[in-house]
Amino acid sequence: MHASELAQYVVTGLLVGGVYALMSIGLALIFGVMRVVNFAQGDFMMLGMYLTYFYAMSFHVDPLLGALLTLPPFFLLGLLVHRVFLARVTGGGDPNREMDAQLILTLGLSLVITNATTMILSPMPRGINAPYASRAFAAGPLLLNQARSYAFLMALALAAAMYALLTRTDLGRALRAAADDPEAAGYQGIDVRVMHGTAFGLGIALVAAAGGLLATYHPIEPNVAVNFIVLMFVAVVLGGLGSIPGAFVGGLVIGLVQSLTLLLLPLQLQNVGVFVTFLLVLYVRPQGLFGRRARAV
Amino acid sequence: MREGARGWLGIAGVLAIGLVLTFALTERYHHRILTLVFLWAAMGLAWNIISGYAGQISFGHQAFFGIGAYTTVLLAAKLKLTPWLGMFAGAGVAMLAAVLIGTPTFRLAGIYFGLATLAYPLIFRIVMDYLGFQEVAIPMVRDHPILFMQFEDPRAFDLLALALLAATLVLSRLIEGSRLGYSLRAIKENEQAALAMGVDAFRCKMAAYALSAAPAALAGAIYAHAILFVVTPEAVFGVLVIVQTLVVCLVGGVGTLWGPVIGAAIMIPVSEILDSTVGDRLPGIQGVVYGAALMAIMMFAPEGLFWRLRRRRPVSTPSAAAAEAAPADLESTSAAAPARPGSVLLDVRGVSKAFLGLQALSEISFDVRQGEVLGIIGPNGAGKTTLFNVLNGFLLAEDGEVRWEGEAITGLPPHAVCRRGVGRTFQVVRFFPHLTVHENVIVGAFAHGGTPAAAAALARAALARVGLGARGDVLPPGLTTLELRLMELARCLATRPRLVLLDEPLAGLSKDGVEIMSAMIRRVRADGVTVVIIEHTVQALVKIADRLVVLDHGRRLAEGAPGDVTRDPAVIEAYLGKRWLARHAATHAADLRP
Repeated sequence: MHASELAQYVVTGLLVGGVYALMSIGLALIFGVMRVVNFAQGDFMMLGMYLTYFYAMSFHVDPLLGALLTLPPFFLLGLLVHRVFLARVTGGGDPNREMDAQLILTLGLSLVITNATTMILSPMPRGINAPYASRAFAAGPLLLNQARSYAFLMALALAAAMYALLTRTDLGRALRAAADDPEAAGYQGIDVRVMHGTAFGLGIALVAAAGGLLATYHPIEPNVAVNFIVLMFVAVVLGGLGSIPGAFVGGLVIGLVQSLTLLLLPLQLQNVGVFVTFLLVLYVRPQGLFGRRARAV
Repeated sequence: MREGARGWLGIAGVLAIGLVLTFALTERYHHRILTLVFLWAAMGLAWNIISGYAGQISFGHQAFFGIGAYTTVLLAAKLKLTPWLGMFAGAGVAMLAAVLIGTPTFRLAGIYFGLATLAYPLIFRIVMDYLGFQEVAIPMVRDHPILFMQFEDPRAFDLLALALLAATLVLSRLIEGSRLGYSLRAIKENEQAALAMGVDAFRCKMAAYALSAAPAALAGAIYAHAILFVVTPEAVFGVLVIVQTLVVCLVGGVGTLWGPVIGAAIMIPVSEILDSTVGDRLPGIQGVVYGAALMAIMMFAPEGLFWRLRRRRPVSTPSAAAAEAAPADLESTSAAAPARPGSVLLDVRGVSKAFLGLQALSEISFDVRQGEVLGIIGPNGAGKTTLFNVLNGFLLAEDGEVRWEGEAITGLPPHAVCRRGVGRTFQVVRFFPHLTVHENVIVGAFAHGGTPAAAAALARAALARVGLGARGDVLPPGLTTLELRLMELARCLATRPRLVLLDEPLAGLSKDGVEIMSAMIRRVRADGVTVVIIEHTVQALVKIADRLVVLDHGRRLAEGAPGDVTRDPAVIEAYLGKRWLARHAATHAADLRP
């Protein structure tokens, strides 16, 4: 194999991985602050795809812009979902059992969203015909799909904005304080419940935007969530549950692994490479590649 | 035994109701629902063994369901093997898979275990697709339909599924009453405490996982013949399989025989009827109902219907008066037995342990002699609890050696240390909150095996010995601090230790409580058990210890008779600082406190 062919697989993997990275940091943010593994994350991504589709079909909004426009409504939706459902099973119990309860609750939510969407919008796949989806930039011998390149750059920008929010603003500091030690944060006058809601809203908004970016080149259907939620889990565990930069790198790694698996295995087995990577990381480094604390002991 | 008899009676009841329904229903469609109720109840019970009793939430249990279905059907299709044998082959393959999956995966705890289990059915699904088994039809065998599980009469499938349900109930009931069952529940409630009580957590989880894989595989095999006819990866490894399993268990209640049965009896007919009435127009209705059920149960009755209904029933509590009176009889035996200068039982040589650069223990050496009470004192952060964690195998020392009667026990896992005769208690009592006081102690009593009856008797004796004989049926959260500490001591004694490590047994006790506990410790020693106690208040310890070892900042500061040690200037300095020492240099410091 030529080096250029290998480079093509690497570049393709990284471009796809950028969008995985964005959706994964949403999941990591929710876990990092709330200690909630959100099974419904993939479903919010799917809803983000549909909203972007709706913007494109009804108002001729370019999906790249549409993806950004999913942020405000999904932030509010996240606040609402937290207030109505998650807040009820948080606080005051045995942390392990609480975690199980939240996990099951979001699993239920995921089932409801997927199936209700199927009922209302039909299982038929849809697509946005973005003009750049079938064009490519040529960089020397490498071809970069335009839709994926734009999506990658947008994902990078959004992830950077999120990182700046967390590290440079008072809200970010409050979020991190609530994540590190909810009790001490409470004593400092930080309303931990509000921080949980904010984190959930932000996490949902990010994954919806990632869905919007994905919609530029991926078919939109109610069942799309199942495949992506597992990829997100893998990325987040890879990065060390709850670490934002870790999840970002985890997402890129997943894209790479998917792409490079094609060199070794047939297309059908593409995700076997991902799952095997996932299991290997869990066995070898359950705290993740970048995890600070070994919570798995 | 009352509870046990009720369990068997309940199983007989489920079987009877199942039989009545099998022969009372007439419509084919109703039989289909009945078969499904039995099958999902059995599948739920299978999941309940590992996730309910042992608390290891598995999101990948459909792996075994699918293995059962595929093995049975492929054996019939390719080798003409009758499914009556094929399904047991499937169960065998599933158990083997459980061992192969469990060996690496049980190294992970909590959420990590659950996430890892997600991956296995996904992998199986992709591989089955890849191998060309996207659709495997059950071969029609017209001349031997019964040999190939092809029944005209739908009641046959009802009976088959009911038989599996009954067998799974019996298996679960046997596990509940066995050493394994107590160990699993202890692991779920507090794994560290279980380990310290001699529970080999890894092996117990593996056993539970393999035992839960078998009925899941049988359920898959029967499901393939009764319902599917064509096995696809989606149908047997798909998300809906684990969702239905979770729904029946969580709605009904986990950790009990009856939860999955109740959950299946409610949820399966509801979803089937909805699916058949409006399913054509609303294709996702089943998923919505299951999802909504999961959400509702987590928000309003997270423990499940069975436990919720049971909690309503008034529970009789034994009178507290009996417990108040009980400790009095300790006084008679509280006279200290003469200290026999014994041989060295535990020999600690040069043990060191650091946490990320903080030297918690550095080159600690001392020995514990048969029959003595050795006190280990030191200010907060001196490394006392770390020392115990090294001694009982929770932590691995970087350097040094611990010998038990001449045998090196450094690096042995906690359960093995316990079984050699080293018991321990914890600074903050680690109890199993959902097990009664008696059951808490039974976990310890199983350390050396034996029958459940023998363990129950041993536990009763241990409780009586600490004066908690009347409190056996209470749940630990209903105990006072003193009673909790006594219960933990009883649990430790039930492991029949020759040495007990007591981590601050007097902490948080009233003056009377300290008296009672001290008397108890003397009594333990009088019964021939060697005692090592950690305390950071010296006053109480001086009265019960034969010798003291003083730790400070991970180093051994002093060792000797209590009177000498408490007059040692270095010890006084560690506790009260240099300035205090300068001012009160000559003062006797037997009553020094931190």
